[in-house]
Amino acid sequence: MALVIWRVMTITFFVARGIPADPVGAILGPQAPPEAIEQERQRWGLDKPIYVQYARYMESLLRGDLGRSLRTRRPVLQDILQFFPTTAELALAALLIGVVFGISVGVISAVYPGRVVDHASRVFAIVGLSMPAFWLGLLLLLGFYYKLGWLPGPGQLPYWLPRPPRATGFLIIDSLLAQDWTALTAYLRHLSMPAFTLGWISTAAIARITRASMLEVLREEYIKTARMKGLKEERVVMRHAFKNALLPIITVVGIRLASLLEGAVLTETVFAWPGLGRYATHSFLSIDFNAVVGVAIFTAFLYAFCNLVVDLFYAYLNPKSRYM
Amino acid sequence: MRGLSWRDIARHIWHNPLSLAGTFIIVGLFLLALLAPLLAPHNPYATDPLNKLLPPSARHLMGTDGLGRDVLSRVLYGTRISLWIAFLILLVAGTAGTVVGIVSAYLGGFWDNILMRITDVFMAFPQLILAMAVAAALGPSLTNVVLAISFGAWTVFARLARSRAIAVREEDFVEAARACGAGHLRIVFKHILPLALSPVIVQGTLSMGGIILTAAGLGFLGFGAQPPSPEWGLTVSDGRNFMPHAWWVSTFPGLAIMVTVLGFNLLGDGIRDVLDPKMR
Repeated sequence: MALVIWRVMTITFFVARGIPADPVGAILGPQAPPEAIEQERQRWGLDKPIYVQYARYMESLLRGDLGRSLRTRRPVLQDILQFFPTTAELALAALLIGVVFGISVGVISAVYPGRVVDHASRVFAIVGLSMPAFWLGLLLLLGFYYKLGWLPGPGQLPYWLPRPPRATGFLIIDSLLAQDWTALTAYLRHLSMPAFTLGWISTAAIARITRASMLEVLREEYIKTARMKGLKEERVVMRHAFKNALLPIITVVGIRLASLLEGAVLTETVFAWPGLGRYATHSFLSIDFNAVVGVAIFTAFLYAFCNLVVDLFYAYLNPKSRYM
Repeated sequence: MRGLSWRDIARHIWHNPLSLAGTFIIVGLFLLALLAPLLAPHNPYATDPLNKLLPPSARHLMGTDGLGRDVLSRVLYGTRISLWIAFLILLVAGTAGTVVGIVSAYLGGFWDNILMRITDVFMAFPQLILAMAVAAALGPSLTNVVLAISFGAWTVFARLARSRAIAVREEDFVEAARACGAGHLRIVFKHILPLALSPVIVQGTLSMGGIILTAAGLGFLGFGAQPPSPEWGLTVSDGRNFMPHAWWVSTFPGLAIMVTVLGFNLLGDGIRDVLDPKMR
């Protein structure tokens, strides 16, 4: 894993320096006098030869220093750590929705293959996978906020409500710590639509793999044996089949966790959610060099971390893979 | 993958109502894209400030946008952009990936290792984030969308082409070609490439939906097509400004994206069923 991270850092560096963009020009504007540009280049170390820049970059990365954002003028790591909990909360809520609904739908359609339920859920899954997250978000806003008024609109909290003191950055935990129930319920209501938008696609993907995996397991001999023993059907399905069908499901959940980050970029834009995705969009649009590299490395790190978690789950669920 | 001909795939799709539906959707979209100038009732760029934000009616079936442009005509022209872009991305990413994969497999050893490690790194990023970074650096435009998405999309093709090429490399006929004095280039292009190509094409069909979604996402975020282009993602984003009242400006282009992606996903599902009967 460390090796992958090093390669990611190296390639990110060279790709970032190799692209024909001029970050200094982007900050100072096209009318900046040449001396000012030169001064700014020196300040950021852009006048040094590439290998010096690389050595400096690696050295500061190892110290956990991602440099300063050219846009917010704050250390990039500080920015990322500030915005990440907001995104993580959204992504985890979405994943929860995806896992609960996806697995239920998948199991039900595997138990009744070829029936109406099964067809309906297959169609649902494929339509779900085809829907652009940003569009779904807009439709939900249109329906539940503008037309029906059942749910609050964009943002995390109503503007008149003070934010509970920041302890962890996770609003749910923070409001629990402060025992601020008004903020908690308001936040959960705000969270529901973005989480559903983001979770919808995961639901579809998880339902699909659950169905396939369950169908395969249900054909096994030991399921027949379990049924012949006279076990109740629920027990056969949940204890005997589902447990064995879990491995591929876990893989897909792991993949989804990583791609939730991607969806978060779009969902956060639609719902004005102040998370990492919006930070990334704004930094990228203003060619904020250090922030772009920082966000890229951070996401790669998360990706690798998700894979590690999936592998650990695997080892836990399937003793065979521990020896491979 | 072995032992399956294109005919098997076609037969399966013919007998599967869902993938047949997908095929019809795609063919229909291609026709719409081709015939857009004939079908579009209005000029997609012609503004008409007096008739802005009109709800859907007989004259404007999908209403008009904030500048009075006909939404239906813009959606029709958007079809051309989305399909063309997706095709170009497949071409660029597919070619680049296949070349890397085959070269990697053919050279083996050290170079194989290097090329595959580079591929791993590109796979370590979420596609959209990578594409956003590249598009931001190159500047927002449709050409750069193609480059930006290809930048992340080639890896799948490289892996696939490599694994296929490794199998083919060991075949007797490659040995025979070499014995006849064929050079490296000739062996790679004449003998290995044709056999490594069909999984790449299949993968291309499977990736199509995701590519269109990513491209629309870039457009929506402002990294892709720029106004006044009728690109779907951009149009959905534009419609947000009129959201509570003029819902049609965002809704119809978004629906177009969904139908297109759905078409490719349905077809892709059919192909996947043939290749991996477990999913059936």
